[in-house]
Amino acid sequence: MAPIELLLFAFLIAVALLVARLRDLLAAALLLGIFSLLCAGLFVLNDAVDVAFTEAAVGAGVSTILLLGTLSLTRREEKSQPTRWAPLVVVFVTGGALALGILDMPAYGDPTAPIHQHLAPDYIAGTAAEFGIPNVVTAILTSYRGFDTLGETAVIVTAAIGILALLASGRRWKGGAP
Amino acid sequence: MFAAAMAGVLVTMALALVAAARGPSVFDRLLAINLFGTKTVLLIAVTGFLVGRPEWLDLALVYALINFVAMIALLKFVRFGSLGHDDLDAER
Repeated sequence: MAPIELLLFAFLIAVALLVARLRDLLAAALLLGIFSLLCAGLFVLNDAVDVAFTEAAVGAGVSTILLLGTLSLTRREEKSQPTRWAPLVVVFVTGGALALGILDMPAYGDPTAPIHQHLAPDYIAGTAAEFGIPNVVTAILTSYRGFDTLGETAVIVTAAIGILALLASGRRWKGGAP
Repeated sequence: MFAAAMAGVLVTMALALVAAARGPSVFDRLLAINLFGTKTVLLIAVTGFLVGRPEWLDLALVYALINFVAMIALLKFVRFGSLGHDDLDAER
């Protein structure tokens, strides 16, 4: 799997650089869809098929349409700006710190890693006994961490209402009467 | 054989990337993105067989479905500027 993943990562970097270089915002918004599809492919290769599906549906579908909706309220071309080096330095320092942090983590898929030893055995043993449903992930999301999921859903609903309000108000300005 | 198929899919992915980068019109890019989505479907299907989990074929089918729906939505948005479009005569 490793060569395929490396190639997909190379594609990912190529798309990211391309999006950063493009001045045509419509094309950049569309290319971000390819970025999401590549992420989804990488997630599938790492056996995270549910995360991959969310990434493909939200990243390549919904968020592209949201970006296009935003673009219909503004201009298609990005204004050319002078090159600033400070953000690049910040990005590289942050990325380097994150990479250093990864070096300290247990090996990928290691069954003796702390995350697999702490609560996971209780969840796996308790799902069938306490809730009687077969899917451990569902039990964790909706029962063990039910309030957490409720909070996340509230955040998403708030964000959706905000975006809809922004896009709707802009359209009213543009079209005159609502 | 599946390795050869995977190589073919990856090469086509690279070609689709080049097509999306070159453009020049929006519809060229949309076509390239649709092609890339199809290649993602194939990537998942071939990966399923490569790692011995042929049930990922179902996953690939669902990707094909959302790829289709997302492409229709994108085309509609690029053409009309909105999704909720009830009168088709009012083309802008």
